[in-house]
Amino acid sequence: MTATPILAVEHLTMRFGGLLAVSDLSFSASERHITALIGPNGAGKTTLFNCITGFYRPTVGRLSLVHPGGATFLLERLSEFRIAKEARVARTFQNVRLFAGMTLLENLLVAQHNTLMVASGFTVLGLFGARRYARAEAGAVDKARYWLDRVGLADRADDPAGALPYGAQRRLEIARAMCTDPVLLCLDEPAAGLNNRESAELNEFLRAIRSEHGISILLIEHDMGVVMEISDHIVVLDYGVKIADGTPEEVRNDPNVIAAYLGVPNEEIGRIEAEVRS
Amino acid sequence: MPVPHVREPNPKRLDGIAALKQAARAAGIAVGLFVLLLGVRTEQGPTGALVITTRFGLLAEIVAAVFLLSLARSLVWQRVVADFTRLVPAAVRTAAAGLSHHLARAFVVFALLAPVFFYTNRYLLDLAILIVTYTMLGFGLNIVVGLAGLLDLGYVAFYAVGAYSYALIAQTFGLSFWICLPLAGILAAFAGVLLGFPVLRLRGDYLAIVTLGFGEIIRLILLNWQSLTGGPNGISGIPRPSFFGLPFNSSPDGFAATFGLHYSPTHRIVFLYYVILALALLTNWVTLRLRRLPIGRAWEALREDEIACRALGVNTTNTKLTAFAMGAMFGGLAGAFFATRQGFISPESFTFSESALVLAIVVLGGMGSQLGVAVAATVMLGGFELFREFDQYRMLVFGLAMVAIVIYRPRGLVATRAPSISGRGGNVPAGLGRNARSGGAA
Repeated sequence: MTATPILAVEHLTMRFGGLLAVSDLSFSASERHITALIGPNGAGKTTLFNCITGFYRPTVGRLSLVHPGGATFLLERLSEFRIAKEARVARTFQNVRLFAGMTLLENLLVAQHNTLMVASGFTVLGLFGARRYARAEAGAVDKARYWLDRVGLADRADDPAGALPYGAQRRLEIARAMCTDPVLLCLDEPAAGLNNRESAELNEFLRAIRSEHGISILLIEHDMGVVMEISDHIVVLDYGVKIADGTPEEVRNDPNVIAAYLGVPNEEIGRIEAEVRS
Repeated sequence: MPVPHVREPNPKRLDGIAALKQAARAAGIAVGLFVLLLGVRTEQGPTGALVITTRFGLLAEIVAAVFLLSLARSLVWQRVVADFTRLVPAAVRTAAAGLSHHLARAFVVFALLAPVFFYTNRYLLDLAILIVTYTMLGFGLNIVVGLAGLLDLGYVAFYAVGAYSYALIAQTFGLSFWICLPLAGILAAFAGVLLGFPVLRLRGDYLAIVTLGFGEIIRLILLNWQSLTGGPNGISGIPRPSFFGLPFNSSPDGFAATFGLHYSPTHRIVFLYYVILALALLTNWVTLRLRRLPIGRAWEALREDEIACRALGVNTTNTKLTAFAMGAMFGGLAGAFFATRQGFISPESFTFSESALVLAIVVLGGMGSQLGVAVAATVMLGGFELFREFDQYRMLVFGLAMVAIVIYRPRGLVATRAPSISGRGGNVPAGLGRNARSGGAA
């Protein structure tokens, strides 16, 4: 692959007591590419996400992120909020996590917390109504409006986020992640619960933000229609182990992947049972 | 929000038979509950031994009353209430919602003029000071509980730290009230951070238990550190505040003589009232201001979803600690005021029941709502005074009122949340500007 890598995962192992959730996993995601992580339920995809975004500290392994400017971050050493703030990795959650009682606009302003915090002189200047803060806030509102517009929720800016229908909540969560100005956007099953039309729109949207904003996307998805259509690169996990890694075309024809998803033929089960008995 | 005038079947409305059944069930529960409490009674007989007397007549009366009340509730009350809400036109309801900001303004004006109305009534002035003090404590706790969503059952600890800080600093160094006040606030804020560190990882019930413990620790330290705090004897002779150096006494260089007034002890009370009112309004202003700054939004986001906060790069440690520190600071300021007003403090003033009272004010007022806190403080403390003569029944009424509010208005008296920013038109839109000033003091 010619593109420069942005995220390199090397020998990542994550163990919870006796359970090996991710085992010696290595792969890399390229800049401005959409990399998909697929695998059956319990394959360790979300665990991997939690390691990348700092919610879990990996047992073994190295996760390095290289910004387009050249700055390098070792993610396994940073706490989760610094990964979002300094390494600029944004994420969404499998079960949508919005600030349900707050309005859409407020949700997107919380995403710009760190910039606004500096502009408000860590609250001191803001408390006395500094003009600098008013300007920064206006800028933040403009940015929030832009993203609300992109996900088609501009007219609902003042509604509580919890009042949105499910599909709109998923879109809002992506908009909120984009408001943090990420370099790498990690999406955990963005198409879950969406209908066909909505997931087609999602494909379009993800491709658009990738090309317009020059970000890289790492994506967990079960919807193969989405995965095969938009991914540049697919990594397949099963029981915490990487079983395939390549373009959609390669992965689709990989016998290991087919076995993992469809199971193995009957005669092989008979052979395995015989081995267990003996 | 306009509600369409549609007659929809009310699922809660019961027909006659079901109402009878429910009333019978309530009566059955009443029998079970009261048969031993009321029906049987032991009395001292003529020989000095205990004899059992029965009062089944009384029991029957109570059970009949429960039966009839339950029947009335399901047959009449629900119908009346349901129809009443439907009868109120949407326009009236919108007007009522708009009224709240006028109400807040009226509240502040009334609070400013209270000493004029009650100048001759020392009792009411003292009550007003008490109400405003608790309003201020409510505002402070509202930052921690209402905005940041951190359940704090030991808020009285910061009140105590403020009071003792003021008393000790003022007595030891002879500094004036206006220098000691911010110092007491800062020390209380430190205590807030001190509490914040160990509880950073705790949420909900666990946090509540640890803060409860913290409140008790502070009280026990005050009780047992004899050499510093005087232990159970407390600290007496705490300096009274002066009017910019003029003491409130009958001496020739006192407040009354300087302004050519006839000396009256009420001057000091009125002055104290305005001091605590100014402090409460300051607390209110700062809170409303903070709500529209990134830190305030981060507090609310923290209440909604802590994990999402961290995923967005919000430093939740600092955010929680600032919430604790701000809340504690205002509690400390109120404590310093309490010390100077009483002139005497002892650990007895800082028991758990104070924390519970302030928390009840915040919860009943509507978490996060400034106006709600002020109203709740007025209603609760005013109610306490009103029922002072019925001392036995006071807690009973208080409990019933609590139950009623929790059932009928589970989110507090003022349950609506005003957004901190509006998508239509800039930073402080008209609607918010109004709300921003809402919520004064009693």
